[in-house]
Parts: sequence; structure tokens; C-alpha cells
Amino acid sequence: MTTAARLAPEATAGCAHCGAPVPAGARFCCAGCEGAHDLVAGLGLDAFYRRREGADGSLRPAVDAPAIDFTPHVREEKDERTIELMVAGLTCGACVWLMEQALAAEPEVTRARVALSTRRLTLSWRGEAGRANDFVALLARLGFRVAPWSPACLRATEDAEGRRLIRALGIAAFGAMNVMMLSVAVWVGWDMGEATRAAMHWVAAMIALPVILVAGLPIYRSALDGIRAGRLNMDMAVSLGVLATTFMSLSETLRNGPYTWFDGATALLALLLAGRVLDRAARRRARQAVAELLALQEGTVTRLDPDGTAHAAPAANIRAGDRLLVAAGERLRLDAVLETGEALLDASATNGESLPRSFAAGQALPAGAVNMGAPFVARVTAAAADGSLAGMARLLERAEQAKGRFVDIADRAVHFYVPIVHTVAALTFLGWWLGVGVSWQEALVPAVAALIVTCPCGFAIAVPAVQAVAVGALFRRGVLVANGTALERLAAADHAVLDKTGTLTEGQPTLLPGDWTEAELREAAGLARASRHPLAKALAAACPEAPMLPGVEEVPGRGLIAGDRRLGSAAFIGVAGPDAGLTLWYAAPGRAPVGTPPASQSDGDGKAVAFRFADRLRGDAPAVVRGLRELGLSAELLSGDAAPAVAAVASQAGIEHWTAQATPEAKAARIEALRAGGRHPLMVGDGINDAAALALAHVSACPGDGTDLAQTAADLVLRADGLAALPGAIRTARQAQRLARQNITFSLVYNVIAVPLAITGVVTPLIAALVMASSSLIVIGNSLRAGKDAAWTP
Amino acid sequence: MDTLILLVPVALFMGFLGLVAFLWNLRAGQYEDLDGAASRILFDDLPRKEPRP
Repeated sequence: MTTAARLAPEATAGCAHCGAPVPAGARFCCAGCEGAHDLVAGLGLDAFYRRREGADGSLRPAVDAPAIDFTPHVREEKDERTIELMVAGLTCGACVWLMEQALAAEPEVTRARVALSTRRLTLSWRGEAGRANDFVALLARLGFRVAPWSPACLRATEDAEGRRLIRALGIAAFGAMNVMMLSVAVWVGWDMGEATRAAMHWVAAMIALPVILVAGLPIYRSALDGIRAGRLNMDMAVSLGVLATTFMSLSETLRNGPYTWFDGATALLALLLAGRVLDRAARRRARQAVAELLALQEGTVTRLDPDGTAHAAPAANIRAGDRLLVAAGERLRLDAVLETGEALLDASATNGESLPRSFAAGQALPAGAVNMGAPFVARVTAAAADGSLAGMARLLERAEQAKGRFVDIADRAVHFYVPIVHTVAALTFLGWWLGVGVSWQEALVPAVAALIVTCPCGFAIAVPAVQAVAVGALFRRGVLVANGTALERLAAADHAVLDKTGTLTEGQPTLLPGDWTEAELREAAGLARASRHPLAKALAAACPEAPMLPGVEEVPGRGLIAGDRRLGSAAFIGVAGPDAGLTLWYAAPGRAPVGTPPASQSDGDGKAVAFRFADRLRGDAPAVVRGLRELGLSAELLSGDAAPAVAAVASQAGIEHWTAQATPEAKAARIEALRAGGRHPLMVGDGINDAAALALAHVSACPGDGTDLAQTAADLVLRADGLAALPGAIRTARQAQRLARQNITFSLVYNVIAVPLAITGVVTPLIAALVMASSSLIVIGNSLRAGKDAAWTP
Repeated sequence: MDTLILLVPVALFMGFLGLVAFLWNLRAGQYEDLDGAASRILFDDLPRKEPRP
């Protein structure tokens, strides 16, 4: 096959670099991808395209390079510099290979290593610290988005508890297998002498005792925590079962009884720990992805020193009284007052208003707002740790803790199950000891056998297995479940409260149809391409094929000039009249007057065209609202924006109940009122103003491009297709809940059959092992159905 | 039955070696990037660039 023939199907299927759909005949979806493809080929790494598994368009290089200075994050060791980076959207081994090889091709680089599961890149080189930015730019040209490795990433990946669980699992598995080897010898060795049998039991005891003591620690600890909190939890039941079995086996060993049950105790531990490790791994993946999203939002701020020089510094290092330079399009991360001039801020994330508001010198600026106008200088009034955002974060933490008291279905089942089982075991013991009149050691055997066959094994695995499978399935669909009980709460949701700006709408300006021509749009977009201003970016995005005009000059906060063409605010173009919200004016010489009357033109015969923008409804919003209604969730719109805008969005999305101009407190109060009324509200929001409501709601979700506070407060983060995944996620959660209930019922039925056998003393360790293993296998098999895709096709 | 006196300790010792190896792997961080290790083995590295003087 020739090269051309091999490339041909690739070219028709999608962009040759990122795989996104392209117009027929084109090889690339954008200039960035073409550049990336050339770069890869130039490095001799084009094997990448054959090796990668699937390309979904996520590798498209960003139009505007990251404005973060990575130098402060570089660590110095002797003559080497090292930086740790988080790489977003790393999906397959081929990406790892491409990245490592591309970086290794740089002469200074001594080591480049990417961990695929943690998405962490460790890069070392000899030379200047400033080279870090070049390496990041190289990765950006290839289409990888990177961010400094933040403490939040570290917390999400450095999982000390998880490692303890894995270690305990290894020890328990070792013990179970070796004890089983000895137990099987006893079970089948019917001609075995008594002395040999006793020796076998003693060896088994010597292995099992330390194993049960060490490997069981994570479970005993959680049981103790439960007791301290005054709750009877699953781990309490498990610990009691394991310890009672061990004690009985020891007593049987001492009196040289026919069987010991060490194999059951160790196998039980291994099984439970395996379930827990899997559950944790699924949850950790989701937590990590959330940390990844947050890390991409984190950045440096620009501090102005007294002598007027600007330095990039992490926001955490800024103290009250420092002066900040806030660039156009940048998010203000701290509480500050405006020093001089005027500022136009988009505060939609803090109060839900979709129109930007202007501030005068001396006015306090809301932290979390985005600069829509010219760069300005602001004086910080509170360090990040004492600011309003941090205060909000602390409030959220308290709300989270309150939510931590939610009792999940397994623990609820344990509440009535454990007392019954333990009573049955105690009665068995007393019945045999006092009633039948055997020695207490002999009476212990059927009692503990009853405990073991009824062991909450099916229970303890039933719920975590379903959870792990469902969380994994949701993860593949771009729904991140960071909270252990979120699925269960999601399944119970019966009312949806939606935010407007950024949740139902796209949260960023998009071009509205107007009375301009395609040619004008093309020219204006060519100018706009040069700027990072949000409106200019929206205009450029509306006409992505427009070539960038040469020689564009930006007049900060006012507009762009190229020759005699101008794009910018009404005042800049010289159009009189009110500057109506999100509008860009475009003037070029010799254009016929279009649309709005071009009033007092400043430069000769030039005419102006207006491009108006609005925050548009997400395309899938009406379908999502319909989907929620089909699932029995009534929807309501709760927004901080003005009434007309809210009403328009509500009618477009098909929502009957809406509330406008809701303050963050009003939103939280509405959620509280719903809860007090016995409803289970699902809150969906993305702004800082939604965070309190998100934390208070029965269950909450946040789009992947929401603010970091909202993402921390929400139980679910919808990463992939925005809201569209929500109905599917609810269906999966309900399916998971159904399966968990089935599993618990099944375990109960199994016990009803097995308990009489155990009480009458018929059950031997062999039978118990078979019962336990088969019930666990059936429960796990049933749990796997939670990952079925049926939930996504209504 | 005499063979047991030899075979049981041998079996246990071998199992114990496995456990020690597992704990050492865990400590050395070999379980940190299972996905990466699985795919890394499939790809050849480029020839090493010339070391700088």
C-alpha cells in the first residue's frame, strides 16, 4: 500500500492530526493541526498517527497559547532544572510516547517521563529555568494542554489510604492462598493422622493470625470510627465476623478439633479488600479528572512592583496592598479595588448577570469576575486565603461535612441486619452449650459458622461493586463522580434547579445574526484574530477560516486598527449613541452604510457595521429539560440575571417556573425550602454564586467549564457534552441503585437458606467457602450490569 | 507424611518471597502508573540524541 493510499481514508474520516470532522477533501480542521502535523513529521515521530487508539478532536492545538508563566514552578537541583506538569486529555500510550520523544529531541532535556494514569509529566533539563515556557509551548503546538502540577492534583493522586488498602490486599491474598493450601489438605486428607492434622492447623494459625491482624487494619479502623461516631456500620459487622472466626479457629486448634476456619477468615478479608481497592480506584480516577480541570484554571497573576515592573506570581503569594495588572480576558482572582480609570467586568460567574458592568476608580471589584475591557490596575484588599472566595470555600466545606452524614443503602441494611444475625449466632451458641449440653468450645463452632455464612460479604461487596462499575461507566461518558454517595443521591433526585448563565447557556458571547454580509464578517474576523478580548475571540470563532490580517495594532480597551480598517467600541469607531452591551463595531472605507445609522463618522467616508453578541442557549438544553421531565424531574430556572433574559431562556428551554435576580443567598434559601418540603433537589450550576446552593442541594452537578468553586461544591462534574449527559447519568444512577437493592435482597435470601444449616451444625468450612464464593460471584456478576450502555439510549 | 516437613516450609517460603517482592514493588511505586507501563512496552524509543559536550 502506498503512502497516499494509506493517508486517503484518514483524510476523509477526519483531521489528520486531531481526528475532528473536516469538510470533504480537507486534510486538517485548522491551521494549528496542520502545524502540529508538520512538527510531528519533522521530528520523525509520525508513527504516532498509526499507533494511537482513536482520535476525538481533543488534540487540536488551542488558538491562543497559555498566558501562564511556568518559571515560578521550576525546581532547581544542582545543575538541573525540573518541573512537574499536569497534562490534560492524555488518553493513550501513543500520546505518552509522542510527548516523551518530542521533548527528548530537545538537546537540553535530560529526562522526560509521563505517567499515563496520573497524567503527570516530569521534565528535567540543563540550562535556564525560562526554557520551561518553551517546552510548554512545544507541547501546546502538538495539541497538549498543560498546567502546573498543583497541590490539588497531588492530593487527588497521592493516595496514601489507597496504597494502604493495596498492601493489605496483598498480605490478605498471600495469607488466604497459603492457608487454603493447608485447609484443602485437611479437607481431602481423610486418612490423615490426628498429629498431622494438628500440625496443619498450627501452621495455618501461625500464618493466619498475623495476616488477619495486619491486613484487617483498614477495616477495623473504619469500624472503630463508626463506633466513635455512634453508628453501626458495615465494617463493624465484618470485623466482628472475622475476629470471632479467628477466635473460634484458635480454640479449635487448641483442642484439636476436626476443622479450623482460618481459610474463611483470610479469604473473606482478601475479598472485601479487593472490592474496596476497585471501588477506590474508580473514584480516584474521577477525583483526579476533577483536579485536572481545576489545575487548568489555576494560573499566575501579574503583580506590579513599586518600581513599575510586572512579575508573574502565583495568586497564593499575593498579599493585601499589592498591585495587580489584570489583562483583557483575564479572571480577577482576588478581592481588589480599582486604582485608576474604568473597568468593564463580566461578573456572570459571581452574580449571574449576563451583561458586563463597568466600575469606576475606587470601587470594589468582585473576585471571580472576568475583565472584558482594557487592562487595569487594581489594589488587592485581601490575600487569597482571607478573601471572599476562600470564605466561600470554607462555607462549602462545612456544607460538605453535613452531607457526609448521609447513610448509604448498605449501611441502612446493616442497621437491621447485623442485630438479627448476631442474635441468631448468640442463640445458637447458648442453645448448643446449655440446651444440647456440649462443651463451650464445641458450641462455638455452629455459632461462628452461622456468623460466617451470613457474613455481610454479599452486602459489603454488593454495593461497592455496583458503585465501581457505574462510576467507571459514567467516567467513560464524561461524568465525573467524585463523591461516594453521589450516585445514590442522584437516583433519588425528583426536582431539578438549573442556573442560567453558563449552565443552560454557553456562558460566553456568540455572534448573533445581524445585517452584515459574509465579506464584512470575514474582514472583521481577520482583524479580531489578533486580539485576546472575549468579544474579538467570539468574532474570530464565528468565522474560523478568515485569514489573519497583517499589521493589526491593538489599542487596549478600545479596539483594533489595521490600515484604515477599525474594529472596536462605538466610541472608538466614532459612532454616537448608547454603547449597547455586547457589540463590536467595524468600520472600513468605502462600505455602504448597513444597519444602524452611522452617525457622526470621524474618518471621512467610512461606514460602520455592528456585530452584536449574546450568551446563547446550549444546543442540547431543551432536550435535557425534556429528558429530565421524562425521568420524573420537574425543572425550574434560578438565575441572578435580569428578568427578560431569564424569561427568554426559560421559554426556549421549555421551563415553566423561573426566578430572576436571585442572589446567592436566595438560591441557597430556595434549595433549603425545597428540602424542607421533602423534595430531593438536583442543583445544576457553574458560578461562584451557585456554589452555596450546590453544596446544600440533595445532589448537585456542574459543567466541566464551570468555576473552580462550583466544581468543588458539586457532586458530579459533567465534562464531555455538557448537560447532555445528565439524563443518562440519572438513568445509570437509578439502574445502579436497583442492582444494589437486588444484590442485597439476593444476599438475604441466600442467608435464609444457609443459616438453618449452620445452626444445626451441618456446615463444614468447605461448604461455607463454597457458599461464600458462589454468592459473591453472583453478586459481582449482577453488578457488572450497571456498566451496560442501555441507560444511555432512552 | 515425612515429605510434608520439607514441602510445607518450602511452599510457605516461596509464598513469602512473593509477598516480599510485592511489598517491595508497591514501595518502589511500580503500581503508580499501570496504564502507562502497559502501553509503553509496545513503542520503541527513537535513537538517543547526541549527548551535549
